[in-house]
Amino acid sequence: MKTATEIDIKTEGQMARTHYLNVDLGLKSWLLTTDHKRIGILYLCTILIFFAIASVAAALMRLELLTPQGDLVTSATYNKLFTVHGVLMVWFFLIPSIPAVLGNFVLPMMIGARDVAFPKLNLFSWYLFVAGGALALWSLIRGGVDTGWTFYTPYSTTYANSHVILMAAGVFVAGFSSIITGLNFMTTTHKMRAPGLTWFRLPLFVWSLYATSLILVLATPVLAITLALMSVERFWGIGIFDPKLGGDPVLFQHLFWFYSHPAVYIMILPGMGVISELITCFSRKQIFGYGFVAAASMAIAILGFVVWGHHMFVSSQSVYAGMVFSILSFLVAIPSAIKVFNWTATLHKGSISFQTPMLYALGFIGLFTIGGMTGLFLATLAVDVHVHDSYFVIAHFHYIMVGGMVMAFMGGLHYWWPKITGRLYPEFAGKLAAMITFIGFNLTFFPQFILGYLGMPRRYHAYPPEFQLFNVLSTAGASILGIGYLLPLIYFLWSLKFGRVAGPNPWRATGLEWQTPSPPPKHNFKETPIVTGRPYAYSAQEDADLNLATV
Amino acid sequence: MPILTSPLSDESAFVAEQFDDIEQQRDAAKLGMWIFLATEVLFFGGLFLGYTVYRFTYGDVFIDASRRLSVLLGATNTAVLLISSLFMALAVRAAKLDQRRQLIRLLLGTALLGLVFMSIKTVEYHKDFVDHLVPGPHFEWSSKDPQNTELFFWIYFAMTGLHAIHVTVGIGVLLVLALLAWRGKFAKRNYNPVEIVGLYWHFVDIVWVFLFPLLYLVGHR
Repeated sequence: MKTATEIDIKTEGQMARTHYLNVDLGLKSWLLTTDHKRIGILYLCTILIFFAIASVAAALMRLELLTPQGDLVTSATYNKLFTVHGVLMVWFFLIPSIPAVLGNFVLPMMIGARDVAFPKLNLFSWYLFVAGGALALWSLIRGGVDTGWTFYTPYSTTYANSHVILMAAGVFVAGFSSIITGLNFMTTTHKMRAPGLTWFRLPLFVWSLYATSLILVLATPVLAITLALMSVERFWGIGIFDPKLGGDPVLFQHLFWFYSHPAVYIMILPGMGVISELITCFSRKQIFGYGFVAAASMAIAILGFVVWGHHMFVSSQSVYAGMVFSILSFLVAIPSAIKVFNWTATLHKGSISFQTPMLYALGFIGLFTIGGMTGLFLATLAVDVHVHDSYFVIAHFHYIMVGGMVMAFMGGLHYWWPKITGRLYPEFAGKLAAMITFIGFNLTFFPQFILGYLGMPRRYHAYPPEFQLFNVLSTAGASILGIGYLLPLIYFLWSLKFGRVAGPNPWRATGLEWQTPSPPPKHNFKETPIVTGRPYAYSAQEDADLNLATV
Repeated sequence: MPILTSPLSDESAFVAEQFDDIEQQRDAAKLGMWIFLATEVLFFGGLFLGYTVYRFTYGDVFIDASRRLSVLLGATNTAVLLISSLFMALAVRAAKLDQRRQLIRLLLGTALLGLVFMSIKTVEYHKDFVDHLVPGPHFEWSSKDPQNTELFFWIYFAMTGLHAIHVTVGIGVLLVLALLAWRGKFAKRNYNPVEIVGLYWHFVDIVWVFLFPLLYLVGHR
């Protein structure tokens, strides 16, 4: 059987002569660029630095947990390790990962535009992101923060003896970079679509980015004001969360989760969009139930705003509030399940090829399903009382964020790599890395479900000896997972010089971004494309004819 | 429709390269500003929520504390901001009609009223400071519930302070606009910078319209 790649190498494997990468050269042309594609790459390089630092923190934690005694680091250091891991992974890797890197790169091309609506703001958002990251790193260098990524009051305002304000300032500044990205994407999607590209002809990745942007724009300001109030309170010793004045520390939790629960959907919705692109392309089929998948993205974004109370089932919230939030949280399962069912139905009778991006996509579906289902356990009031603040919670959200979002990010990066660089990554190494990641991930986090159910609490550096077996498995898994992430880094860099030339459309995909040379020219298209039909017009019959023609 | 801007029109000089024509550019800028204002609503929303929670919890304390604020100065400031918004609306009209001198005058007038607002606010803050109403070690309150009263004043300073920052930014932007208008940048239907700054200024005005009754009037029957 011929793969799509092999066919296209013969027919159209050539590199564009002038493209966005070589149209201007030198550091200044990058630092002052307003090209959405270059800004996407700036983001990619930046978030990888934070991913590396946060991964080192995770590795140290897993090493510490290899033995029941707290022997590698002190409990104070351990607190700082999980804080830095959480803060950097959430705000400086996951949130910008798919939107700011892949979204920036492909969104304007997918809608047939020359750039985003506000290119200078787009560059400004990257600078804000770097400034926020610098503040966070400064806080880390000066000794770190031990509050956990949630900055709960009154610990953060009154008791914590670490650089809380600096870290919060970093998150505050980076938050505005998210807001600007969301604002830019929404305006771009509304106003910059090519002629004929109606809302229901948009690729599903665009829908998911739109839903994500809605959350970025409406939730992030609440985080900003909350962290600002928390920092002022810490600095001044007085504020609205201060129990001395009759203030309520739980108000902080309400405000924080009003942002941070929707933010959880910032960390999965864009991934879902990528998966819709991958599943259709590699099963050569129209998406099953386009309207439902698109609407499900919007439904998740909107429902995500009314479920924050499920983080406070045991923080003095009233029983009735708990019941309402529990039911609302269950509702999120409906649009999520619609997506999973529709992807599965898309696979049905498709002509499936197991290229690297597809392996990541299939991994995503399985892991997201497990992560989502265990979320239902946690939304159940009685079960949550048993497993809250345990490793069950850790395993649950890592299945969504790492098993879901990071898998989708890797899948998307492989899928669009030929578009970004004009060259293909080595397919065998890619498949190997995808398999290693999948195995390593499950070995790391599945034992944590069991640990949590048995009662191991999160955020401790020592534990009773009977938990050791599962912790050893988890640490072993983390080492495998590490290889799964290092391998792509190596072959991606290798492919920049030695990878096979991809041609404009190595996957024979249908999106507009594939109808321009790889790498694309500065303004994406030689002339504005005109859209006449629905997306994902894949046809197995057509593919079969093409196959015959080239053999 | 795409890329067919008439070569005869000199509007195209103002159109950024990513847009097809000035209408698309204007629509995008306006939508972008509306989205930004939505984020601002939620930014202030955290404080409004804090206010609401404690207003319900400590209703009497809030009423007593609110009586210490000067309704006269607050009302004057409300009038000043509303008139400035009228000037701003007229400035947008002047920009649309390409009346440059009128536009410059109105922009400067709006900025001036913003400065009047800030001056009155400064007088108020000074009075609060002298009366030991600023939360912190110097706070003094002789009647009941000094702690919850301090909470009220903390919210008062946080909300009006954040609003004052927005007014200050607005004054700066208005002065820049006036300078650009003087250089003739808004001629020939390129009025959307004036329009979107107008949206921002009206937003700042509306925030005050909510702050005034919540903070100054709750104690007065």
